[in-house]
Amino acid sequence: MPQIFHRSTNSLAKISILAVVCGLGALIGLAYTFDRGAFNTDVGVVKPQPVPFSHKHHVTDDGIDCRYCHTSVETSHYAGLPATEICMSCHSQIWSNATMLEPVRESFRTGQSLAWTRVHDLPEFVYFNHSIHLKKGIGCATCHGRVDEMPLMFKVNTLLMNWCVECHRNPEKYIRPREEVFNMAYQPPADQLTNLGPKLVKLYHVQKLDDCWTCHR
Amino acid sequence: MIQIQPATKNKSVDLARLREKLAQSGGPEYWKSLEELAETEEFKRFVEDEFADRSEEWLKPANRRNVLKLMGASFALAGLSACTKQPRELIVPYVRQPEEFTPGKPLFFASAMPSGGMGLGVLVESHLGRPTKIEGNPDHPTSLGRTNIWAHAAVLDFWDPDRARAVTHYGDIGTWAQCKAEIMSAKANAALRKGAGLRILTEAVASPTAADLLNTIQKTFPQAKWHQYEVVSRAGGNAGTAAAFGRPVNALYHFEKADVIVSLDSDFLTRLGPASVRYAKDFTSRRHVMTDVQKKEQPKENLQEGYQPGPDAPFRNQASSHAERDTAGHGLPPQVKASGIPVDQVTQPRLYAVEPTPSNTGAMADHRFVVKASEVEDFTRALAAAVGVGGAAAGGNAHPAIPAIAKDLQANRGKCLVVPGEFQTPAVHALAHAMNQALGAVGNTVTYTDTPEANPVDHIASLRELVNDMFNGQVDTLIILGGNPAYNAPADLNFIGALNKVKLRVHVSTHLDETAMYCHWHVPEAHFLESWGDIRAHDGTVTVIQPLIEPLYGGKTYTEVLSVLAGESERTAHDLVKSYWAANSGAGNFDAWWQVCLHNGTVPNTALPAANATAKAPAGMPAQQQQGGGGLEIIFRPDPTIFDGRYANNGWLQELPKPLLRLTWANPVLISPKTAQHLGVGSMDVIEIDYNGRKVKAPAWVQPGQADDTLVAFLGYGRTGGGKISAGLGVDMYQFRTTNALWHGSGAQVRKLSGVWNLATVQHAQTMEERKPVRVATLAEFQKEPGFATEEVIQRWDTLYPDYHYEGYKWGMSIDLNTCIGCVTCTIACYAENNIPVVGMEETGKGRWMGWIRVDRYFHGGVDDPEVFFQPVTCMHCENAPCEVVCPVGATVHSAEGLNQMVYNRCVGTRYCSNNCPYKVRRFNFLLYSDWYTQSLYGMRNPDVTVRSRGVMEKCTYCIQRIQSAKILAEREDRRVRDGEITPACAQACPGDAIVFGDINDPHSRVAQLKAQIRDYSLLEDLNTRPRTTYLARLRNPNPELEKG
Repeated sequence: MPQIFHRSTNSLAKISILAVVCGLGALIGLAYTFDRGAFNTDVGVVKPQPVPFSHKHHVTDDGIDCRYCHTSVETSHYAGLPATEICMSCHSQIWSNATMLEPVRESFRTGQSLAWTRVHDLPEFVYFNHSIHLKKGIGCATCHGRVDEMPLMFKVNTLLMNWCVECHRNPEKYIRPREEVFNMAYQPPADQLTNLGPKLVKLYHVQKLDDCWTCHR
Repeated sequence: MIQIQPATKNKSVDLARLREKLAQSGGPEYWKSLEELAETEEFKRFVEDEFADRSEEWLKPANRRNVLKLMGASFALAGLSACTKQPRELIVPYVRQPEEFTPGKPLFFASAMPSGGMGLGVLVESHLGRPTKIEGNPDHPTSLGRTNIWAHAAVLDFWDPDRARAVTHYGDIGTWAQCKAEIMSAKANAALRKGAGLRILTEAVASPTAADLLNTIQKTFPQAKWHQYEVVSRAGGNAGTAAAFGRPVNALYHFEKADVIVSLDSDFLTRLGPASVRYAKDFTSRRHVMTDVQKKEQPKENLQEGYQPGPDAPFRNQASSHAERDTAGHGLPPQVKASGIPVDQVTQPRLYAVEPTPSNTGAMADHRFVVKASEVEDFTRALAAAVGVGGAAAGGNAHPAIPAIAKDLQANRGKCLVVPGEFQTPAVHALAHAMNQALGAVGNTVTYTDTPEANPVDHIASLRELVNDMFNGQVDTLIILGGNPAYNAPADLNFIGALNKVKLRVHVSTHLDETAMYCHWHVPEAHFLESWGDIRAHDGTVTVIQPLIEPLYGGKTYTEVLSVLAGESERTAHDLVKSYWAANSGAGNFDAWWQVCLHNGTVPNTALPAANATAKAPAGMPAQQQQGGGGLEIIFRPDPTIFDGRYANNGWLQELPKPLLRLTWANPVLISPKTAQHLGVGSMDVIEIDYNGRKVKAPAWVQPGQADDTLVAFLGYGRTGGGKISAGLGVDMYQFRTTNALWHGSGAQVRKLSGVWNLATVQHAQTMEERKPVRVATLAEFQKEPGFATEEVIQRWDTLYPDYHYEGYKWGMSIDLNTCIGCVTCTIACYAENNIPVVGMEETGKGRWMGWIRVDRYFHGGVDDPEVFFQPVTCMHCENAPCEVVCPVGATVHSAEGLNQMVYNRCVGTRYCSNNCPYKVRRFNFLLYSDWYTQSLYGMRNPDVTVRSRGVMEKCTYCIQRIQSAKILAEREDRRVRDGEITPACAQACPGDAIVFGDINDPHSRVAQLKAQIRDYSLLEDLNTRPRTTYLARLRNPNPELEKG
């Protein structure tokens, strides 16, 4: 009985199996890249805002402290976005005629709030608390990046769970002295992992952090 | 809604066989229901399969909805549901942020909840200006930090999407200005005749401001009349005290001072309106039994380095977080902190209850006597005669227990108390007060004040006068402020017929209810959470009601409507209340005084002074009219959850199991087992009641512990207006209720019809099977054998694995069955705190009720008069949790503080955990039970708790959001969480202080001390689950002379 399939079929079969395996792998890889990429996580993406607010200008050039605007960051889970009144405490005196600031003045005149687009947006089933992170020695820049160098605000970290858990499991890598939390330019010392980190974790009573109910409830 | 189905199978219980079985003691010692005793198919179905009927969704013929659902499920299975990109979200900050406000932190405001002419002091939690939760005000004399079921439900009432949203005129949308103009012109007409033809109908009024307005109106228009009608008024009590004292007075009971209490058909623990909150707390304060005999295992000193347990936190009110406030919230009596007394010195008050139908008070009684409602008066006369009240003559057949009760009362002169029933005749009240006088109780266990009600008239007489005048054409304008008389007025008055003769009818209420249908104008009433007002508490203390939010639908308070009649122009409620108190406060600096009143939630020095009253034997009290006609006796009672019908549109209250019935969403007619046997009627059979010439079809329910030949009809159901939820539920029993037999009448006939009326009961679902869940001993038994609760326990199994060492906190809970009165306030507090969805009658009937804490009811003894015990069951947070080992996706895991964590975003809905849970405390979202689409409900939800979706398991978290907020607060202050700083919602609501939560690692914590008590035991400990929630066994203090057998 003659062969039903030509010899070359073997090669074809091998290639197709390889193609399927590679294709699946590529698909998964693609999906993963897509999932972790800027399209999905918005890392590095600047969003439209009613006023092109520059953290760089206000923090670096003017030297305004984070807490001047984000008033409840040390007391509440929510850092707080400034009320229009806070903007107007300066801008009624300076740049009081700038066209760029018209939405702010309008808000103050009409009593209608400014509607900002949220940049750091956690899913609804995550309960994050700013105040305790500051108290435990986690600096603003650890999560938000060098905000003082951003003319327009964007996200530098994915805020995905694996990113959060990296610090929750190894806080000694990221912890810093409490008095340095608002310091944007803080650089950890060389002995962070061997000396300062573990010391601060002990000093600040940083507890076990990878319980689900630490963040989800 | 079609509730009657053809009888497909015989669900009835063979009661004769049951009696036999119990006599041979072949059944369980503690049983949950007659069905369990009888081991009916229905019951077995629930035991064998936790969620019976689960496949039903897929057996229904395909329709568009199902196809879409299946498609949705397929997408979900493909994992695509996780691939949504987060939508754009806005942050909308204030323009001018209020000074006291911190974004993300709730504020608490002191206010009061009016109900039935009495106020309950509350603290209302406000998230970003939205009232989300109500707690008791620790500074308020009625609340003392505790609440009742209605206080919690008020939040849902407020956000109810069915509330009236606009002023309506003949059903069309009108404006308040038009309505006001019409009232003004009617007023001008009436003014020509000194107000003749102008009538105002209110509910009971206990607001000084409203009373002042009504007095002004009466002065301006002497011919105008103010009528009052409240279904559950204090008319019986007022008439009784009038007979005993010569004028109506208000009796204040002091249960904490009473050693012997006799309740004459009074359910003072749950049914005296807001006052019951205080009475329940006082009553249970003597039942926190702490002995010096402790369990062998003691919690070890096990504190983390560097931390010291803090002292008791100072008392602070209205702090800005749960954690800060809760330090004030725990008001456990000092006994709990005490080291304990020798076991042979343990005492607790003795309670005798005389009642026709089971109540929470009866369940707590050491001796409960089942007496028909009409015979309670005879019982009272005989008891009065036995304790030597002059003029009281005993009837023919006195109850055999009376001599022993009388002896006990006389042996405890000055420390005893007789409480007359709120639904009993004036004679019972008068005699009870005369007994209190004779027994030296007055001034000790009971004191008298003037009534907190502004004008304590007989409401029925007042309504009858109004109806007669309406029929006679003497009423031109009727303004109905609150209430729903078209629905709940006694049937013989024909209120609707009379109402239709009035030329101008204006109704002010929160919902478009039955009365609104018969009125020209309907004005939406402002809910108490959005209005200014004031109200007196049970002892007269005034609270200023302050709004949390602008009226949602432009509602008006009844005082604002009254101000249109009282003055030249309308005034705001704020102006009315503030100006009344500016004139009457007597304070030097009124603005400062006003701020203090608002902050504290009480107006100083407004408690009514003790009246100098001496009860005399009511010689002239006519003997009760004997209503002839034979037949069965019918008793009317407000529904245990939806009350007189005013809360009928509240899903939480509808779904809250009625404490003694364990039923939801309906009002069956209760029949005693003996009578049921005689009539051949079983639970859920359709019966026809023939009473007073009317016939009504209703479902029957066989209730153990009920008086024979008595039907109990619950009022409040069968609504035809007032919202989507209440429509079509249950049977309207007001059509039977007449002025001559308001609370009980005789001559009812019952006929069994064919068919089954399906009722949604939760007593079969979530059953743990027979393993002696409740442990009880009499004081004598306890003194003889202090370790009775754990004596039968199988020793813990040894394990190869070492115990986990909890370094930080080790959370645990203790539930004292001795002080749990079964009021189910914990259940509804949990609904409000944890965004628990309402599933509806059909789903509840399938065993899919979602409450995280259920209050099991157990019977013990014969079917005719069993003892009743309550047991709240939450997630036990087992050390060896059976649920955790079976979860294939790790969605339920143990925390480092010993909590059994449920992670919604991991759960894929296998339900293995629930299947493996021996306590049956896990709840599964079979469908999308949470309402994700009704806008007005968004505002109600607790933002600190996830709103669960379809397909995930959920269960009690010990209020993890409160634990976390307290921990964060403590760690910000570099200290350990103080004992009492964390109070779960259930514990905070509990009027009996039965639930205590805390850190077991701290040997000084209240929970550790309670768990060290000898009465402490675990549920199903033979399974070696090592639950974190443990129970304190119940103690009884029966009179040795009356001990059965």
